[in-house]
Amino acid sequence: MSATTPAGSAVPVRTVGGPEVVTRDLLASVDRGRRRKDRLMTGLVWTAFLLAAVPLVSLLWTVVRNGATKFNGSFLLHSMRNVSGGMDAGGAYHAIAGTVLITLGAAVISVPIGLLAAIYLVEYGKGHLARAVTFFVDIMTGIPSIVAGLFAFAVFAIFFGPGVRLGVMGSVALALLMTPVVVRSGEEMLRLVPNELREAAYALGVPKWLTIVKVVLRTSVAGLTTGVLLAIARVIGETAPLLIAVGTTASINFNLFSGRMMTLPVFIYDQYHQGPARCAPHATDCLVSINLDRAWAAALTLLLIVVILNLVGRLVTRLFAPKMR
Amino acid sequence: MAQRIDAKDLNIYYGDFLAVAGVTMSIEPRSVTALIGPSGCGKSTFLRSINRMHEVIPGARVEGTVAMDGVDLYGPDVDPVAVRRQVGMVFQRPNPFPTMSIAENVLAGVRLNNKRLPKSEADDLVEQALTGANLWKEVKDRLHRPGSGLSGGQQQRLCIARAIAVRPQVLLMDEPCSALDPISTLAIEDLIAELKSSYTIVIVTHNMQQAARVSDRTGFFNLEATGKPGRLIEIDDTATIFSSPHEKETEDYISGRFG
Repeated sequence: MSATTPAGSAVPVRTVGGPEVVTRDLLASVDRGRRRKDRLMTGLVWTAFLLAAVPLVSLLWTVVRNGATKFNGSFLLHSMRNVSGGMDAGGAYHAIAGTVLITLGAAVISVPIGLLAAIYLVEYGKGHLARAVTFFVDIMTGIPSIVAGLFAFAVFAIFFGPGVRLGVMGSVALALLMTPVVVRSGEEMLRLVPNELREAAYALGVPKWLTIVKVVLRTSVAGLTTGVLLAIARVIGETAPLLIAVGTTASINFNLFSGRMMTLPVFIYDQYHQGPARCAPHATDCLVSINLDRAWAAALTLLLIVVILNLVGRLVTRLFAPKMR
Repeated sequence: MAQRIDAKDLNIYYGDFLAVAGVTMSIEPRSVTALIGPSGCGKSTFLRSINRMHEVIPGARVEGTVAMDGVDLYGPDVDPVAVRRQVGMVFQRPNPFPTMSIAENVLAGVRLNNKRLPKSEADDLVEQALTGANLWKEVKDRLHRPGSGLSGGQQQRLCIARAIAVRPQVLLMDEPCSALDPISTLAIEDLIAELKSSYTIVIVTHNMQQAARVSDRTGFFNLEATGKPGRLIEIDDTATIFSSPHEKETEDYISGRFG
């Protein structure tokens, strides 16, 4: 028998034993260097993951622990009207309503624009216009949120005079931030739809627009929903543009087109900004930490809204995803 | 319900690149015409130009005429969407719509065009088309399950059912069996033999035995070299092409001697 091993290998050449032994040596030989590298890289990947997870878990824990003290039905169902000092009362109802309405308004503006732009880029766009659209979408992705707020403020100031503050201004500012995210994720999702399906529809004599509506959008609806929800999650926590465009209020306002509104991020900022309440010594119904407690509870509320949005997204994905069996 | 197709001096381009040059051929109604030839010779491109699917690719265009019963499919007042309703197509890889059930896939040509069909008519159409595609017996108990759950061969027959459900005049098949196992291939070939009594069928195939088995006439495409346009070398009765072709090129190709 002749056992030939590659030069430089660590396998000892056996001179006794049948071909089975030689084969076993060949197959069981371990490249020490490779195994060491494998361990090293696995360790690095795990370390990186843990490092990334530490702040996330710590943040979640802090929000839940601090938020839980004041997070209750009364907090969710009361506004801050007629609440002052260290009163153990008031809540974020007006801010929840404002956040939901303004974000909804932003979605109503940016989802149609964003999805139509994505459809244009994937199905129709070519040449200079498409490249220009892509370029400006990229730039819009990088707009600082405060600039979006100032833009909305400036635009509405032209029509309603300086100092105007409306919920819809906040929607416009958020839509400005949201649209590029919707375009980008929508584009990605539409490109994932196999060209074969478009051709299959064309070959059945289906016009292009119906193919897009009934095949392309239908096939990618799960991904598109996820993209839209991610875009909403991206803007729902914006503070600066809302502070400029929508302002603050202690009362409930359901009208996007009239007067200031409160939103959760601004509410958090506002409560935090007020700091510890001044209580008379020995006052019984005065809590020094009430403002901070409210800020934490509002943070927890915001977090829960985002979680609920994500769960809804999962549900939609599950309902509409192509089924295999 | 079957019409003849006449291509005349057809040049097919991808942008500036001339992919197929000077094709003139007649496709007889109620028969199977097979197109054979080496990869890249333009037989699929030619096939796609018959139902104006070629121009779906950006920059792709066609010169010359393709006439169905004397009417030029590339005429100025012809709607490509209407052409595709008359000339159906089956692709190389089975491509049922993943979001639709088996029945919905068959009805796709109707439903996607926003046409409403009474339930009883829809059920009849599904049964008719699936029976026509030899698939009814296998799937009649699970019409509302997703089409992507079927085997590859069943999916391809589903795609054929989908194509014949819009009642086209002509059926184009672009290597319909190349992704299938021999048993499924046999099923499709049997189906082609049945379908030719009512449709004009054009099939592109890499498999010469398949061309010999299923077709009445065979066209041989070839190209001189890569980068040169593909040409139709000759088209004749299948028996003639496989026994005594006129051109030496054809003889070399079918006997396995290449170039």
